[in-house]
Amino acid sequence: MTHPDVLIVGGGLHGLSAALHLARAGARVQVLERRFVGRHASGASAAGVRTLGRNPLELPLSVIAMQMWHEIAALVGDDCGFAAHGQLRVFSTDAQAARERARLAALQAAGHDTETLIDQQQLRALVPGINPRFIGACHAPRDGAADPHRTLIAFRAAAEAAGVHLREGAGVQSLTREGGHWRAETGAGTVRAATIINAAGAWGARVADLVGETIPLSAKASMMMVTERIEAVIRPVVSIVGRSLSFKQSSQGTLVLGGGIQGRYDLDREETLLDFRALAAGAAAACELMPAVGGARITRCWSGLEGKTADLLPVIGPSTLAEGMYHVFGFSGHGFQLVPAAGAAVAEMVGTGRVPATLTPFSAARFNSRDVAA
Amino acid sequence: MNSGHDILIVGAGPAGMAAAIELRRLGLMPLVVDEQPRPGGQIWRDVERQRPDVLRRALGPDYAAGADMVARFRASGAEYRPGTRMWHIERGLRVFLSQDGQAFLAEPRALVLATGAQERPAPLPGWTLPGVMTVGAAQILMKGSGQIPDRPVWIAGSGPLPILYMRQLLAAGGQIAGYLDTTPAGAARRALPQIGGALRGWGDLRKGLGWLRDLRAAGLRLQRGIRDLAAEGETRLEAICYRTADGRSHRVAADLLLVHEGVVPSVHATLSVEAPHVWDAGQGALRPVLDDWGMTGIDGLFVAGDGAGIAGARAAVARGRLAAQGIAARLGRPATADAIAATRAELRAATAARGFLDAVYPPPDTPIADDTIVCRCEELTAGEIRAAARIHRGGPNQVKAVTRCGMGPCQGRQCGYTVNRLLAETYGQTPAETGFFRIRPPLRPVTLRELAALEEGREAP
Repeated sequence: MTHPDVLIVGGGLHGLSAALHLARAGARVQVLERRFVGRHASGASAAGVRTLGRNPLELPLSVIAMQMWHEIAALVGDDCGFAAHGQLRVFSTDAQAARERARLAALQAAGHDTETLIDQQQLRALVPGINPRFIGACHAPRDGAADPHRTLIAFRAAAEAAGVHLREGAGVQSLTREGGHWRAETGAGTVRAATIINAAGAWGARVADLVGETIPLSAKASMMMVTERIEAVIRPVVSIVGRSLSFKQSSQGTLVLGGGIQGRYDLDREETLLDFRALAAGAAAACELMPAVGGARITRCWSGLEGKTADLLPVIGPSTLAEGMYHVFGFSGHGFQLVPAAGAAVAEMVGTGRVPATLTPFSAARFNSRDVAA
Repeated sequence: MNSGHDILIVGAGPAGMAAAIELRRLGLMPLVVDEQPRPGGQIWRDVERQRPDVLRRALGPDYAAGADMVARFRASGAEYRPGTRMWHIERGLRVFLSQDGQAFLAEPRALVLATGAQERPAPLPGWTLPGVMTVGAAQILMKGSGQIPDRPVWIAGSGPLPILYMRQLLAAGGQIAGYLDTTPAGAARRALPQIGGALRGWGDLRKGLGWLRDLRAAGLRLQRGIRDLAAEGETRLEAICYRTADGRSHRVAADLLLVHEGVVPSVHATLSVEAPHVWDAGQGALRPVLDDWGMTGIDGLFVAGDGAGIAGARAAVARGRLAAQGIAARLGRPATADAIAATRAELRAATAARGFLDAVYPPPDTPIADDTIVCRCEELTAGEIRAAARIHRGGPNQVKAVTRCGMGPCQGRQCGYTVNRLLAETYGQTPAETGFFRIRPPLRPVTLRELAALEEGREAP
């Protein structure tokens, strides 16, 4: 197919989710992926499914996404390894407790009941091996985590079953307007489409640049560590106030440690490099959180390249310059949970030509009106 | 917590010891680290150990010769840390190591990887059953604790090692139920063009032929051209099945099967830093691209020994010495031109017969059945890998992501080449085109507590 209705640039989870929803709504969709599906951020994700601690501007979309995660098999035919064991954000000082209490009060005032504050006794009931220096936590009981690769496989299979044409190993080289359509020169030949969706992740600003639109975007390379399988020690996903750590145990029994500790990256070479001295801080935080896991052996570490905006909110919405072009990238390291809802919202936006209320905070125009540099 | 050494050698086998001895001779002080408690590498493993005469004689003169090398290494004055694992290399040569549960860093100006080879994993139906192990592992038991099987063993595979081990086993009082030679038919004929090199390396070949003659004289039951080897049993090995060259199927009772399909260079460390590698079609394996001192495409990173391409202990010693001479030149302590020429001549002599041996013992080509386990860590079969490869055509890394094959503690050491082969078959590519897993650190598992001790601002106790 060389003349789809919609050409999606980027075969990560956000590109696949938009493709799935658009195809189910009747559009002919092609996804163009330069390497292979899930090569970068999607395949390297910690796969946290989290409303906990989110920017309130993201919460309306995140709450919709959370409901979709609880019914994810209905959407993509597989549960994606999603387990709603809750997420916890633990703290160890009274000052931290006071700040979290104030944050939750503001959330509740805005009508959100995704998180509650729990005391040390409740915390130790949820995480029996936790270091007693932690005195309480914010708790989002409907949160959890999924399996990133199962999620990729499921979204890919569902999209292809819905008729999406997926082309791996071919990127986009140029985008030109031609008689009310887009003409895309790609590694797999010329494609004409009415609509372009830019889901190019860390390279999203470069795709925007193809139509002359400047969107400030930097990148991040959050590092992950995984251990060998160990006995079951923890069910919720735990993060620590003031430290870079997210800590969970997968259904396979491996401990999966992330939390945004940064490695180095090179966008041109499409590669990341690990920094083990920075990872050491994450390992130290894990040992502090649950001293009993100190003997677990790390078997693999990696990082993925992800787009990062100045305000850490994604860019989702129409191009500020080009008609028939939409962006969905720049999730700044916390886009995994938003995948099902962002794809649905993008499909709605493309279908109706109107930006849904949940997406208004993410307009690309916000960078023009404010003096922000990424 | 930095080791403070200009030169780090990883591995105290023939290549690592030779490099250290030569560096000391040239007035330089390397740090030598090795995973094992005593020097010698795999070939001379535990050679310092006192053992009964019968076992000493069984292990043979080539093994005993290692004692002299180890003694010279011990006397060289090189700093030596046994029981030390290297688990990560960052570009710019920052090396992460652990000894006794303590992680430490080395930032040498030159790094010699002398980490040798590993046995090529040879997946066959039932190879994960207790009672099936590799010839190399059995030989380690003999060298280490002096253990030999107390009942007749079946040995299957190809290459020089099974012949050497069988000879050692018989001399030590063990029994062999039979040798199933899986070398593809016609390999010897295809090796003929390499005969010139073989004649120059005649000493080694004659030794091997002599071993085989001794074995047959001792009544060894040898069957050639074996295909479709499988191990069977409920909870442990009970029988082996195979097809002989005449096409007939056989099933015999067995309680110990030793397999071996040759050795391949240890390339995980050089792959992890993305040093350039080439596919060596003759050995069916990757090897790093090296200059004529043994330096990789990464400045200051040298490889010596079988990690540079399988060539045996004598060549490993020469390569170790050559790497040392190359490093010494970089650090302003060059060896004499005569010494360098002598090392190069020794390396040529030691590798003369290699092309012939590679042709006589080509990589295995028997089809891998769909129900054969490929990835032992994640228990994935060849059929599952093939099914994933038909959908996900992005190569080994994509198949790894969707199947978890190669994500376990072995880091793909047990499945990497098999996945390469299955994908090359599925995609209709050469193994070189298909490529290998991207290697994720750590190279060896490291505990959270060990890594935590490297947190900046924290000092190791």
